[in-house]
Amino acid sequence: MTTEATRAMVSERETRAPKPPKTPRRKSLGNIGRGGREAWLLVLPALIPVVLFSVYPLVQGILLGFTDAKAGLGQVVTFNGVDNYVKLLGNELFWNSFRIGLIWAFGVTILQFFAALGLALLLNLDIKFRWLARTLALVPWAMPPVIIAIMWRLMLNPTYGPINGFLRAIGLPGDTNWLGDFSTALPAVIVVGVWAGMPQTTITLLAGLQNVSADLHEAAAIDGANALQRFWHITLPALRPVIVAITTLDLIWNFNSFALVYVLTAGGPGGQTMLPMLFAYNEAFRYGNFGYAAAMGNVMVVVIAAFLFFYLRSQARSRLS
Amino acid sequence: MTQAIASAGRGTRLTPSAKRTRRITRPLQYIALAAYVVFLGFPLLFLLITAFKTPQELQSPNPAFLPQQPNLDNFFAAIEKANLIQAAGNSLFVAVLTTVIVTVISLPAAYALARFRTMLRGIATGWILLSQVFPFILIIIPLFLVLKQIGLINNLFGLVLVYTVWSLPFALWMLQGYVSGVPIELEEAGSMDGASRIRVLRSIVLPLLAPGLVATSLFTFISSWNEFFFALVLIQDPSLQTLPLTLARFVGAEGQVQLGQLAAASLLATIPSLVFFALIQRRLTSGLTSGAVKG
Repeated sequence: MTTEATRAMVSERETRAPKPPKTPRRKSLGNIGRGGREAWLLVLPALIPVVLFSVYPLVQGILLGFTDAKAGLGQVVTFNGVDNYVKLLGNELFWNSFRIGLIWAFGVTILQFFAALGLALLLNLDIKFRWLARTLALVPWAMPPVIIAIMWRLMLNPTYGPINGFLRAIGLPGDTNWLGDFSTALPAVIVVGVWAGMPQTTITLLAGLQNVSADLHEAAAIDGANALQRFWHITLPALRPVIVAITTLDLIWNFNSFALVYVLTAGGPGGQTMLPMLFAYNEAFRYGNFGYAAAMGNVMVVVIAAFLFFYLRSQARSRLS
Repeated sequence: MTQAIASAGRGTRLTPSAKRTRRITRPLQYIALAAYVVFLGFPLLFLLITAFKTPQELQSPNPAFLPQQPNLDNFFAAIEKANLIQAAGNSLFVAVLTTVIVTVISLPAAYALARFRTMLRGIATGWILLSQVFPFILIIIPLFLVLKQIGLINNLFGLVLVYTVWSLPFALWMLQGYVSGVPIELEEAGSMDGASRIRVLRSIVLPLLAPGLVATSLFTFISSWNEFFFALVLIQDPSLQTLPLTLARFVGAEGQVQLGQLAAASLLATIPSLVFFALIQRRLTSGLTSGAVKG
């Protein structure tokens, strides 16, 4: 599902390139290509549910962030302007969770990018056992996040887990409670996040790598450029649109992710892994403060959108220069 | 061997000095590959192993790596205890119904998007990208309120509705790509030979679209099968829980003894996804890279 988004994003960029003229052919279709009305008729069954149950709720959700809505029957909902946001400003727990969310999202995205780039480069080589690494790199995709979390709970289990087992075997203290300890919980969760997101990033980068012109590489090699120089001056620039697209999407997905960490730690220990989504979920469905939780959602959107704006703009600029 | 020759041509001709560096880099590449294989594969292997261990083995202070008496007890115990069958039934019901509805609705729409090229196309793409940015918390609260009003909370049909709406944009996007892949000349030829519009769609477009349709519906099926957040909010009744919910609840109560059952249950719940994935793996990668392999 997720690669589709990547592809949509990459191809959005690519379609700006000049298109071959298509109009004459469409005209010749006569009765097939005529109707805007026909198109609407065919699209309507898809459009109505999407508008009713995702566009409308989304707008409603944004508005809800400016009200004092609470769970429960017969509650009177009133607009309270920016009260929620004033209250949020003073909510240290929320900002702490926000900080954790940013560390998580950037940590996972950056580590995953380097890990996936390395793997994609290897998979792009002719190398034995490539099929194995390639298959394994795709498997996390097929697993529900809940099960990925369960699996890593086994891995990180303080007594039974193989990680501590390995540490004990080589004579190190092997009794760390990875997910329960204040200092290790967040890093451990980030590692799991990297594992879970490897497929999309690797496959997208691999597809990008295979698009890099072999002729350019050959020419550079003849001119005496070594592998590192070729990577730096040919591969990386050619890969750039793909890198921007996938890191952007990864960042959004990670910032908004929920199930993985919910099952791994439920935000514990002591809120050390309380991602903003978990925080907002608790606020809404545990304490029933719908309006306040929606306000948190709005803040998350604004921050993500602002970041994306600057990131994409800087990338667009450096591409032009 | 032939592979090696074929791909040497892909990169660069090897000069003697390049050959020398290659002798150094090759082993490094294999070490890196091995590290990736361990990182990616070991957790899976460990899950598999755990599912076959007895509670005594799991509790022992010095657990052996491999199960000493591999057996299926954990699987049976998990099925009984975690209500796995019922949850799987619920998941199956929701995923199948969602897939059918999404496919039926998105097929004509995808055709329209691909062939008519109206502004709808841009809107659809825009919505797909935009809907990624918004955290689900903004959508789920109003959705929860709306569904509550029409009595679809704690109701599998409510879940179907939500999954349908959230899978539609992607299904549409995928399908319209496949429709675009069907040469329009074939349709023109068909109608020139006097076939009716319906006939053209049924006997020319649909058969060519079949593989894309399968891939799209499998994608829809799996994303509904795996979904957790909406189900967590919208389903409270234990008898209506889907598989991910049941498993997540199972986690809370885990003791050392139950780890084996937990692993077994997880494996069972992953099977449909893995089967699906095995089916479309080639299409997945080749589709993504097809534009690349031109020469």
